[in-house]
Amino acid sequence: MLDAKIPAGLLEQKWNYYKGHCKLVNPANKRKLEVIVVGTGLAGASAAASLGELGYKVKAFCFQDSPRRAHSIAAQGGINAAKNYQNDGDSVFRLFYDTIKGGDYRAREANVHRLAEVSVNIIDQCVAQGVPFARDYGGLLNNRSFGGTQVKRTFYAAGQTGQQLLIGAYQALERQVALGNVTMHSRHEMLEVVVIDGKARGIICRNLVTGELERHFGHAVLLCTGGYGNVFYLSTNAMGSNVTAAWKAHKKGAFFGNPCFTQIHPTCIPVSGDHQSKLTLMSESLRNDGRIWVPKQKGDKRKPNDIPEDERDYYLERRYPAFGNLVPRDVASRAAKERCDAGYGVGTTGQAVYLDFKYNLINKYGRAEANKLGIQNPDTDTLIRLGKEVVKEEYGNLFDMYEKITGENPYEVPMRIYPAVHYTMGGLWVDYELMTSVKGLYALGEANFSDHGANRLGASALMQGLADGYFVIPYTLGNYLADDIALKAIATDHPAFVEAEQSAADRIAKLMGIQGKQTVESFHKRLGKIIWDKCGMARSEKGLKEAIAEIQALKKEFWSDVRIPGIVNGMNPELDKAGRVADFIELGELMCLDALDRTESCGGHFREESQTDEGEALRNDEQFSYVAAWEHKAEHQWALHKEPLTFEVAKPSQRSYK
Amino acid sequence: MEHYTMNLTLKIWRQQNTQTPGRFETYPVKNISSEMSFLEMIDVLNEQLIKEGKDPVAFDHDCREGICGMCSMYINGRPHGPWQKNTTCQLHMRAYQDGDTITVEPWRANAFPVIKDLMVDRSAFDRIIQAGGYISVNTGSAVDANAIAVEKDHADAAFAAAACIGCGACVAACKNSSAMLFVSAKVSHLALLPQGSPERKTRSMNMVAQMDKEGFGACTNTGACEAVCPKGISIENIARLNREYMMTGLSDD
Repeated sequence: MLDAKIPAGLLEQKWNYYKGHCKLVNPANKRKLEVIVVGTGLAGASAAASLGELGYKVKAFCFQDSPRRAHSIAAQGGINAAKNYQNDGDSVFRLFYDTIKGGDYRAREANVHRLAEVSVNIIDQCVAQGVPFARDYGGLLNNRSFGGTQVKRTFYAAGQTGQQLLIGAYQALERQVALGNVTMHSRHEMLEVVVIDGKARGIICRNLVTGELERHFGHAVLLCTGGYGNVFYLSTNAMGSNVTAAWKAHKKGAFFGNPCFTQIHPTCIPVSGDHQSKLTLMSESLRNDGRIWVPKQKGDKRKPNDIPEDERDYYLERRYPAFGNLVPRDVASRAAKERCDAGYGVGTTGQAVYLDFKYNLINKYGRAEANKLGIQNPDTDTLIRLGKEVVKEEYGNLFDMYEKITGENPYEVPMRIYPAVHYTMGGLWVDYELMTSVKGLYALGEANFSDHGANRLGASALMQGLADGYFVIPYTLGNYLADDIALKAIATDHPAFVEAEQSAADRIAKLMGIQGKQTVESFHKRLGKIIWDKCGMARSEKGLKEAIAEIQALKKEFWSDVRIPGIVNGMNPELDKAGRVADFIELGELMCLDALDRTESCGGHFREESQTDEGEALRNDEQFSYVAAWEHKAEHQWALHKEPLTFEVAKPSQRSYK
Repeated sequence: MEHYTMNLTLKIWRQQNTQTPGRFETYPVKNISSEMSFLEMIDVLNEQLIKEGKDPVAFDHDCREGICGMCSMYINGRPHGPWQKNTTCQLHMRAYQDGDTITVEPWRANAFPVIKDLMVDRSAFDRIIQAGGYISVNTGSAVDANAIAVEKDHADAAFAAAACIGCGACVAACKNSSAMLFVSAKVSHLALLPQGSPERKTRSMNMVAQMDKEGFGACTNTGACEAVCPKGISIENIARLNREYMMTGLSDD
């Protein structure tokens, strides 16, 4: 039986109780304890910096050339916090409730409540670090709204919020590097977790420049390595984002939680051709001001600006009047797919819908500015000119990005958008303390499964990454390490290190020895297509069974026919990529297995067999109110452990945004 | 946009490692779509090289949406290629015509040694940040975020400076390989905010000292850095850094 170690007591008192009763490590002992942090995005950088500040000896690792490049940097729209600065009825409880409901009642109440509680501290911390959030003329912080909520609780820095938050955490990290509390290892990839007497005690990693395998000891190991969206090949993730560290941990005994819970983001720039290497997100914040529509007439080939108002179907406003364009991501994505599948899609491929800013540009911003300037009865051109200025300040970088990719100007022509893989709610199973099922091995941020249930609300990923790193792990790690203060650093010639390094070396040798005909990239593309078609926005028993068979065949083919050029003892990006794709193939199989097992629909997991008459996701709480935690047994074999979810405060109901 | 395909000749800098001298190699690529990004075109070349049993071109890249700052190609004599306020990953092939020859080099600067082919070592930037590019505030010791009001103009200017992605195009474009735009953007970001005020003096002094130590050259205000900066960081920041630096020397408190 899985024990999530949730503290006793009332929901709103659990975290305080925990903090008041967890074990502590005194400052002199902290200096003797070494902590490994893998990944330096929001979760990793904030954890490494905070633990360094506390006095632990931290070793941080990232595969990029600098910790500042981690993919958290690409998050655009914002970060939620229950500050209620707008006086619009927000509170810790509401943020908690919205997150549980948004996740379609598949997240743990205690974790989510803690997340909502510390959200307010995150904003304070970031502002103190110099994160330049958007402000009003009075000098105070501004907010915007995001999907799945009816309050304005999102803090932002234009369309570059992730960048600004990461730079804040990165600078805090570099400060600890300068002080000697953190040692940074860039261009390193973790290839094995070292487990000694049932506890994680180190890692094996490859120096990506020299090709050397290195052994590193730590009293504890923190994986902050992000999500696995790149299993789909095309996603909004960075090219290097991968599951390898999490997957190695999985194979060493860490359970994988809800692997099939993946988020398809509704507003991304559509695929343009076979050459495509990644997809680009257009922030959800654009749905504040952009209205989504398709032509009312099937196959309408007119240019969008030539289609009159009454011939446009604003389908989100039509289907969900209460939330309109701000329904949660899973709902918006499925609605777009439904329209396109029914033949109303636009653009050359028919796989796109319009996101149109004209209405708000004129009526919301243009009019407000005209009022401010005292212009009576402004004409449309004036309104457009004035509105453009405001829209530029709010979303300028996103509009520029769109124009660079498509060659079209979104101030004039509606954007064409389509859903794309963006985030993975699933990840390593962790308990309340963020510890995986391997003692001393933790998972933070997107790498764990914990807080978003079956669908993550917009602007909650940044919140969770920073909550885990700044405000949760500094307490929970101490509770574990307090028992380890007498343990001296284990020498890396210990047999467990030797064995783990040998296993990494053997795998590399095996990959390099195949010398087949097909490139790593071609395998990755094929895997991505299987998963997108059969474990993407809609899943069925038949499709998933086919997918599992196809992935198993693909795995065989990969291990007998992949071609990796170059050398082992030196830089070899193709070899690195091959290792990642090999792990994605295995993960892909588990995702399909999990999706097959969960015959209900919930959040982003839509089983075609389980829907309401109106085509909405139909949950089955009787049977599936649990976290699926998968234990790796052998090739193609997993055992399912269930962590039951109980809802004492936010009682499950059919999610409605109508 | 009108879609078309093109055949191109690429002249690419190949260098095995930091110690070995490099050289240009010429490669033809065919049927490149105008809708591809520049890096997707390099992907096509690499797939071709792998199939021919050759070593693919090593280059840094990650987010491919212009924000991580990892991509770093010097294209036909200009960092990040011909478009304004743009990174290499955002450059699309509609910037080129059938039959074009494109020359691709790594960033050239002593402080950025070549690791392999088009990949350089920019860790000098991290060390400059370590010298003072932060506000010394430990986790948990912050006051309420709205306790200190910040003038909107200052907050906006701080954000504009903080938009730097640390790619190093400024250094690559500068005839002296100066890192002044990078350093001044960080100094400005933090100096413009009240939170950054207590460390203003030591920050500019220590960061400039580290910049010199890393072997970056001096600034002669030609503005080449600003012209190629993908995020449009203004050289006004350099003027601000100079003021900050001077103040440090003039005051004795």
